[in-house]
Amino acid sequence: MTRLPAWIEYLLIPIMNLALAFAVAAIVVMLIGESPIDALTVMINGAFVYEGALGYTLYYTTSLIFTGLAVSVAFHASLFNIGAEGQAYLGGLGALLVALALQDWLPIILMIPLCIIGAAAFGALWALIPGWLQAYRGSHIVITTIMFNFIGAGIMVGLLSGSLMRPGQSNPESLLFEDSARMPQLHSLLGELGIEIGRSPLNLSIVFAAFACFGVWLLIWRTRWGYALRAMGASEPAAHYAGVPVPRMIVTAMCISGALAGMMAINTVMGDQGKVTLGFPAGFGFTGIAVALMGRSHPVGIILAALLFGALLQGGSELDFEFQTITREMVLLIQGLIILFSGALSLMFVPWMERRFARKEIA
Amino acid sequence: MNDKTRPQEPSEAALIGPPAVELRKITKTFGAVVANDSVDLTVSAGTIHGIIGENGAGKSTVVSILYGFYTADSGSIEINGEPATITNSADAIERGIGMVHQHFMLVPNFTVLENVMLGSEDGFFLRKGKAATRKELQRLSDEYGLDVDPDAVIETLPVGIQQRVEILKALRRGARILILDEPTGVLTPDETDRFFDILRGLRAQGVTVLLITHKLREVMEVTDGVSVMRRGKMVTHKQTSETTREELAELMVGRRVELTTPRIHVDSGPIALEARNLTWRGTRGIARLRNVSLTLRAGEILGLAGVSGNGQSELLEVLSGITPVQEGQVIIGDRIINKNKPTDPAELRALGVAHVPEDRHKRGLVLPFEARENAVLGYHAGSNTGEGRLLSPRALQGHCETLMERFDIRPTNPKLSAAGFSGGNQQKLVMAREIEPEPSIMLIGQPTRGVDIGGISFIHAEIMARKAAGCAILLVSVELDEIMALSDRIAVMNAGEIVGETSREDADYRQIGLMMAGVSGAGDAA
Repeated sequence: MTRLPAWIEYLLIPIMNLALAFAVAAIVVMLIGESPIDALTVMINGAFVYEGALGYTLYYTTSLIFTGLAVSVAFHASLFNIGAEGQAYLGGLGALLVALALQDWLPIILMIPLCIIGAAAFGALWALIPGWLQAYRGSHIVITTIMFNFIGAGIMVGLLSGSLMRPGQSNPESLLFEDSARMPQLHSLLGELGIEIGRSPLNLSIVFAAFACFGVWLLIWRTRWGYALRAMGASEPAAHYAGVPVPRMIVTAMCISGALAGMMAINTVMGDQGKVTLGFPAGFGFTGIAVALMGRSHPVGIILAALLFGALLQGGSELDFEFQTITREMVLLIQGLIILFSGALSLMFVPWMERRFARKEIA
Repeated sequence: MNDKTRPQEPSEAALIGPPAVELRKITKTFGAVVANDSVDLTVSAGTIHGIIGENGAGKSTVVSILYGFYTADSGSIEINGEPATITNSADAIERGIGMVHQHFMLVPNFTVLENVMLGSEDGFFLRKGKAATRKELQRLSDEYGLDVDPDAVIETLPVGIQQRVEILKALRRGARILILDEPTGVLTPDETDRFFDILRGLRAQGVTVLLITHKLREVMEVTDGVSVMRRGKMVTHKQTSETTREELAELMVGRRVELTTPRIHVDSGPIALEARNLTWRGTRGIARLRNVSLTLRAGEILGLAGVSGNGQSELLEVLSGITPVQEGQVIIGDRIINKNKPTDPAELRALGVAHVPEDRHKRGLVLPFEARENAVLGYHAGSNTGEGRLLSPRALQGHCETLMERFDIRPTNPKLSAAGFSGGNQQKLVMAREIEPEPSIMLIGQPTRGVDIGGISFIHAEIMARKAAGCAILLVSVELDEIMALSDRIAVMNAGEIVGETSREDADYRQIGLMMAGVSGAGDAA
């Protein structure tokens, strides 16, 4: 068996897959009757160049890093956590409850960690149940996490239009986070230091996302627990043989996954909106699956993939704004193509590469 | 013809017609690996021809080329004197070549008839095809003496009979050249004998048989001619009657090998592990272990013989803590393990019990993991992974390098994934990991399955050395030769029971073979 050199496997092939996705998207843009070059220019400007654009891109990236990490931790245990969306949703509830209970008394320096813990705990709780069912009852995690997305959405609708609804509102929205429980936004932080950047919802959560990336790397690759987790993911019989308590590992892995998904809420809820709104995870939990897949479940890959999808989202809304004929759905199409070529068809180029590589080897 | 190739003495059949199979200068490479290097092979029609060689010698590749799984990079094939291009198995079948794989390709919940019919259903509805197949089966059974009940469901049949079905499948498609890949691995000695009778019957009917094996005894017993392969090259062709086991072994390995491991005698010590009345039922309530009792003593090897699937695997899993004890108890020192006081593999390791699992791919190794990660599997909580709270890649590396040096594991690359090592080196890695902590009890399952001859003698010597160091060893193997070579006492398992136990001195091949086949009980081997 031949193995491809790392630079082909981790650099060249992903880039080729990505290029192919963009090429197909370009064809679609041409069919609509627009210039792909113009569209790309608008997207790049919209994602990185315009004032505040980069901030928006990074804001989206932050959310995707959390959900991408969440899915990847479960992946390492060979669990497919489809429920990051619901876990993030419940994470918002956790942060909100902590905030409502304590924000009038405690300073921001304590409130932020406590709210993060609240978000993580509720996310973990929402993953704990499917994890437990998988570990001890054999209910398939894909089915249960999907169902828990719906259950979670139901609970949140109930609460947001019921006991947690802000008085005097006609929309199902929660009571507000006070300033003491809000994640400081970067433009205001830097503004105080005299540095002016464009307004965007980018907030301190990105720092926590970076910590989370490092933490996940450390946990998965540098601890005995992570070793056991990866062993279980790669071969459950071997893990069992090695004395790894498999059911307990499944539950723990799901809790960590859920906690990371729940932390996505701090970016949106505490960093931007200042309240919990209906359906605020807005599909980021699902996109996290694509991010984890594309990022090969490695924190570095996840950062890059999250950046790509974040830029697509932000650039895409600009596309919608600038062109009459191109709508937001175009971005969904590009996203879909990327997922298709880098996920489902990611091995398409591999046999070809292996042939080339093998030929070189003999010569 | 190549001067290296010594054509066989013309046998009776060969005088009548051209050779059934003639391969000339077959070369096949996979990437950088040369699997077959200018291989010649001539098999006379109507003979049984053995192809022997160690793992990775290229014997599977040769027959895969013959059967159309691979296409040779260069070289030519002649079947019955006619040049043949075989690019897929349909070509091979058309030319009358049939193959029986090591792992049977049968649908377990289909009947014999349905399995034989598969691929020749003859039309949308099954009625016609079924009737035709039934007639054909009857004919084949008359002609070759291959009796099988066409309506029996495959999974209810003993392996010996399943193999017969595989042969029938090939014959049904008109095979006159039959390739058999390691056919006796799953058979009892008794079943093997009957299987050889079948082969002789086929030969009498003019069928040419290619037997791929690593068991020299079988080559000597049943073949007419034998070809030896080593490292992708055809080393020699011999008439079986003119060679010996020792000579073949030497040709296979390329140097003199000791086929027997020198025994070391030590006085056996106190009881290290005792199992009492273990009964264990599988998912459908079928008892896989019935009232099994055994004792392991320090400095003694207890060999557990038996045909694969007679409860040895379950016994190993219960003793090693992988599956919980249901009835009965296991006693290790002061610790009594029973249903109410369960254990787990981690606790047993702490008690000094090491376990070399039967299936190194499934259990013994995490194949995608690097060798250095596999070298601490099960011991990852210990200091081999580093002193601090975090795993230290340097500690892993160092530990693995030590093991690789001591146990001669090649290639000496701790970062290579376990899947990248040969079977023998994978097994050495598992053995190394389990021996290194100097356990007081070892449970060893199939230590040399898929391991080449050189590796076998190394592993046997290591097991012997552990015994000499006072370790109590349970050796489970389906290779009776291995059991006989290493054990001090021999127990035989059949249908989940220990049907007999003897000391090595009193052990008799034939008697153990009969016990393995369960002759004392109801004849389940049909």
